Amino acid sequence: MDKTINQKAWFLVLPVFLVVAFSAILPLMTVVNYSMQDTFGNNQFFWNGVGWFKELLDPSTDLGGRFLASLGRNLLFSAIILAIEVPLGIVVALSMPRQGWTVAACLVILALPLLIPWNVVGTIWQIFGRPDIGLLGYTLNSLGIDYNYVSNEFDAWATVIVMDVWHWTSLVALLCYAGLKSIPDAYYQAAQIDGASRWAVFKAIQLPKMNRVLLIAVLLRFMDSFMIYTEPFVVTGGGPGNSTTFVSIELVKIALGQFDLGKAAALSLVYNLIILIVCWIFYTVMTNAGAERPEKQGAA
Amino acid sequence: MARIDLVDLAHSYGGNDAPAESFALKPVTMTWRQGGAYALLGPSGCGKTTLLNLISGIVTPSRGKILFDGADITPLSTRERNIAQVFQFPVIYDTMTVGENLAFPLKNRGVPKARIDARVREIANLLDLTPWLGRKATRLTADAKQKISLGRGLVRSDVAAVLFDEPLTVIDPELKWQLRSKLKALHRELDLTMIYVTHDQTEALTFADTVVVMHDGRVVQSGTPAELFDKPEHTFVGYFIGSPGMNIVPARVSGHEARIDGHVIGLHRNYGVLPDGANIEIGVRPEFVNVAAPASGLLSATIERIDDLGRVRFARVRIGEAKFAARVPPGFSVPDNDVGLVFDPAHVHVYADSRLVEGVA
Repeated sequence: MDKTINQKAWFLVLPVFLVVAFSAILPLMTVVNYSMQDTFGNNQFFWNGVGWFKELLDPSTDLGGRFLASLGRNLLFSAIILAIEVPLGIVVALSMPRQGWTVAACLVILALPLLIPWNVVGTIWQIFGRPDIGLLGYTLNSLGIDYNYVSNEFDAWATVIVMDVWHWTSLVALLCYAGLKSIPDAYYQAAQIDGASRWAVFKAIQLPKMNRVLLIAVLLRFMDSFMIYTEPFVVTGGGPGNSTTFVSIELVKIALGQFDLGKAAALSLVYNLIILIVCWIFYTVMTNAGAERPEKQGAA
Repeated sequence: MARIDLVDLAHSYGGNDAPAESFALKPVTMTWRQGGAYALLGPSGCGKTTLLNLISGIVTPSRGKILFDGADITPLSTRERNIAQVFQFPVIYDTMTVGENLAFPLKNRGVPKARIDARVREIANLLDLTPWLGRKATRLTADAKQKISLGRGLVRSDVAAVLFDEPLTVIDPELKWQLRSKLKALHRELDLTMIYVTHDQTEALTFADTVVVMHDGRVVQSGTPAELFDKPEHTFVGYFIGSPGMNIVPARVSGHEARIDGHVIGLHRNYGVLPDGANIEIGVRPEFVNVAAPASGLLSATIERIDDLGRVRFARVRIGEAKFAARVPPGFSVPDNDVGLVFDPAHVHVYADSRLVEGVA
């Protein structure tokens, strides 16, 4: 069969190509260009080759030290919030009602934190935690707990983590709830008849059936927490000292604070690469987990 | 293992105050004997699954009691009832192997490991699952999965009864036959009371010693396959069981005679005078009516078509407005338009308002 050849079709692709070029490819290439150079302002650039990348990976330099320290803090932060939000989300989803008007009420209440703009979340917690006027800060201090997120590293971390848990556990809970709702009643009835305990039902039915949504939840929460900027920036500004300075905050300090475009460009490329790799790993794991095909055999 | 008594048992999904006609299961009192193979047969929505779920405790009855060996177990939960149930679609615990799936009901009840292993091997052997015992259960075909579900239902030897809720729906027709024979054999081997819900009469009649026919939330007849065939107690049983179903035609009945369309058919029994205002019908299975060449003494009917079922032919005919089926005797060449019908009086039954009227011999 003959294929129709019509070169005019390229014109139909052109608009998309132009949009992508201006919104993604050109800015990215600009960043790649910057990452190879150094600037002292006045639009004067000097070639630096892969110098910034070498520095980034060398903890003894200023740039490398700052990057690796903030990366470590970032990974620790992601690990902690995942360890809290995933089990907590599952527990919330399990204890939600299954039918009646309470379902709608619960869903609305759970969705509320997700609807609040990120800088507003930060502002809420910044005020909430203040020892002088904040409800949380004032209460804790009057109970005799010396709580001050501006001066104490532990308090700053606790505040940022509790804020993230408050903000995002709902997402995990909603995803898990959707997973739970898709389990047919027959499974629960069969488990009852098989004499399964509450824990056995969770282990044998609910957890395996929530597998896919849990992977999505972990992926989303990891990506989001790894890129977190607004909330800790509003609450602690990265302090006290550098204790809550995550990679994104460090990046903004270098790029806009010091106007070190070369260093910032190199850092953002590496940052981007890490996110891409993690995405790819999660994607591969998820598609493999879903690729269960029944094998044809003569068991019947 | 137990005798199961249902005492005035009824259920409405709309609560106890719902009007009596809306009950999914109208009050029923009956006894299921220990070791019996029962089938609950009826069309979709007739209440058979409701009855099953009441016995297993998944649904709590609006009224009445359920007794296991005389002990009232109505308030007990499913877990405490000691019952096994197999559902329409296979229920498999994804993370477990086939063997672990089979062992699950025993493990939950704290049975010693050695006894679990022995019993799992026995059941796996009966269901031909032995080669798959160590495999993950998720990766099997639908019918293998349903066999695992069946196995989980049969693995406990101390259950009061094993309930099956249309367990062969997802199975290919060819395997259906095999599995059904297997179940029948298992019933003999394991001496368990089995209650099997189905809307397929072949399934019910081949599996059960006693078939309980349900219609519109009521048990309309319970008996052996032969009883259901020979003497349906309700016109519903007549046309639901048998292929083609029983012929039911309005008639006037008095004494030893029934009149259809002004034509008289002799009856085997004396029905005296039937109550006024009742809707009187006669019912006769197509197997007991032969078509013949039209003759003056015979009820005449118009041929519509002939169904050739291989070993037997049935003529679909019309008597006035009423549809009717009758056997075509071997070798009889069917005329194009009209035939006469020859009735076997011993098998003509009389129904008043759909219920069988017993005549006097």
